[in-house]
Amino acid sequence: MKQIWIITKRELNSFFDSLMAYIMIITFLGFSGFFTWIYGADVFFIKQASLQAFFGIAYWTLFFFIPAITMRLFAEENRAGTIELLLTRPVNDWQVILGKFLATLMLIIISLILTLPYYFTVSSIGSVDHGAVWTGYLGLILISGAYISIGLFTSSISKNQIVAYLLALLIGIFFQIIFEMLAGGMTGFSSEVLSYLSVSNHFESISRGVIDSRDLIFFLSIMFLGLILTEANLLRRRYV
Amino acid sequence: MDIVVKNLTKTYGPQKAVDDISFIVRTGEVLGFLGPNGAGKTTTMKAITTYLIPNQGNVWVGDSSIYEDAEEIKRHIGYLPESNPLYEDMPVIDYLRYVAELQGIDKSKIKSSILNMVDLCGLEGEKHKTISELSKGYKQRVGLAQALIHDPDVLILDEPTAGLDPNQIVEIRELIKKIGKEKTVILSSHILAEVEATCDRILIINDGKIVADGTAEELRKKAQGKEILKIIIEDADRNLAFDQLQQLDTVDVVDLIQGDDQAFEVQSKKDQSSKRAIFKLCVEKGWTLTEMCPVETRLEDIFRELTMN
Repeated sequence: MKQIWIITKRELNSFFDSLMAYIMIITFLGFSGFFTWIYGADVFFIKQASLQAFFGIAYWTLFFFIPAITMRLFAEENRAGTIELLLTRPVNDWQVILGKFLATLMLIIISLILTLPYYFTVSSIGSVDHGAVWTGYLGLILISGAYISIGLFTSSISKNQIVAYLLALLIGIFFQIIFEMLAGGMTGFSSEVLSYLSVSNHFESISRGVIDSRDLIFFLSIMFLGLILTEANLLRRRYV
Repeated sequence: MDIVVKNLTKTYGPQKAVDDISFIVRTGEVLGFLGPNGAGKTTTMKAITTYLIPNQGNVWVGDSSIYEDAEEIKRHIGYLPESNPLYEDMPVIDYLRYVAELQGIDKSKIKSSILNMVDLCGLEGEKHKTISELSKGYKQRVGLAQALIHDPDVLILDEPTAGLDPNQIVEIRELIKKIGKEKTVILSSHILAEVEATCDRILIINDGKIVADGTAEELRKKAQGKEILKIIIEDADRNLAFDQLQQLDTVDVVDLIQGDDQAFEVQSKKDQSSKRAIFKLCVEKGWTLTEMCPVETRLEDIFRELTMN
């Protein structure tokens, strides 16, 4: 546990030292603020005291931003060779992976905390479904976890950050939208399976305020699978 | 802590990088690892550090095997990889703190061990700089500092003096010698003089196999076996001196050295020395012996002989 925290701390510091964190936070707040309050189907347009507009836009901004944060995590260590030094210290692969996972998740959570003023503002305008807001945030965190683990996996494959980024987007887009589109064109069992694999279906039900174990299991298993594959990649390197 | 390498084999595709090698390094020994590029030095070192998993064979550091107790080994090893990878975006002192924490140094001792390393590796003026701003030599010092910070029992140094200037090289060599008294050290190098200066024992590896193992002295003896002397005799007739030398009992071959008509190279018979006989001969004939020195087979020659096919 201590080792994980040491790695998390370093990665977080590195986010903030390299401006990555500030860029992430500013752009995230900028995008989500713009579309929540000023433009499109914003709060004033739909005339409802709800954060649905924010959740809708955050759903997409996270999708594009998370791979940009995770792409460096292993690709850079592979390129510079620092992974070798890291893995010959008294830490195991899982501590390294979880340390990096938690650092990214904490950066996302920090960004999300900074959007809490939206919630306070909306709740002062009208009566808000408080439960739906909190589950909406929980949903965003779960989505982030899933995309972070996919991003870690693609980062562990390559020495090239761009490759890691694009590959993460490619895998992510299936969960983000393609599975849902395919499910719409099919019927029966395959349609059911594909729509279960769609992140947006799960997020929708969570952000309405319903926490179903099916949704939780879905997100947790993507996270688990991504991290397992990352571990397999780290291990593979040592056999080659 | 002893390092025991047994029947280590590692293949990369069809190519055998390390082919069934075994050796033991004892505590307090500094082992120099020599070999041409691609001989398998780095692969062997990576296997000892538990980073690479070999195809066959085992490595023990102390009582721990790389398969069962990798975590335990990692705690006792200080490792400086060949390319000296560092987190370029971190300040030196932050990096050392991070390493110290990961190595499990007690919180109260972290500060003193960092300062100790800064002092030992001569990083005082650079400690607040970001690593990417440092010159190659200073980066190398940071690499050494991270390997030494937790006072490891075993040190694995892959080309530790690469990129250092001559003064620093001497410093680092002395440091390694000093440290090597209580620890087990394996270092690889291309610079033969360096290995000779710092190491108690030399292991030459070629094509994944050990081709020589022993002290520099032992390797020399094995390689030459016969005494060779270079002598200069003044005030003598060259041909006469040549004949007289050739007639000495212990002398096998006498050569004239080109370009200097008073110099000879005298090779003695196996396990015999001609020094006394030569001196007596000169006294007898009234010649002036102005120089007599043994010609040592240089380590370079041994190295070339063993590693060139």
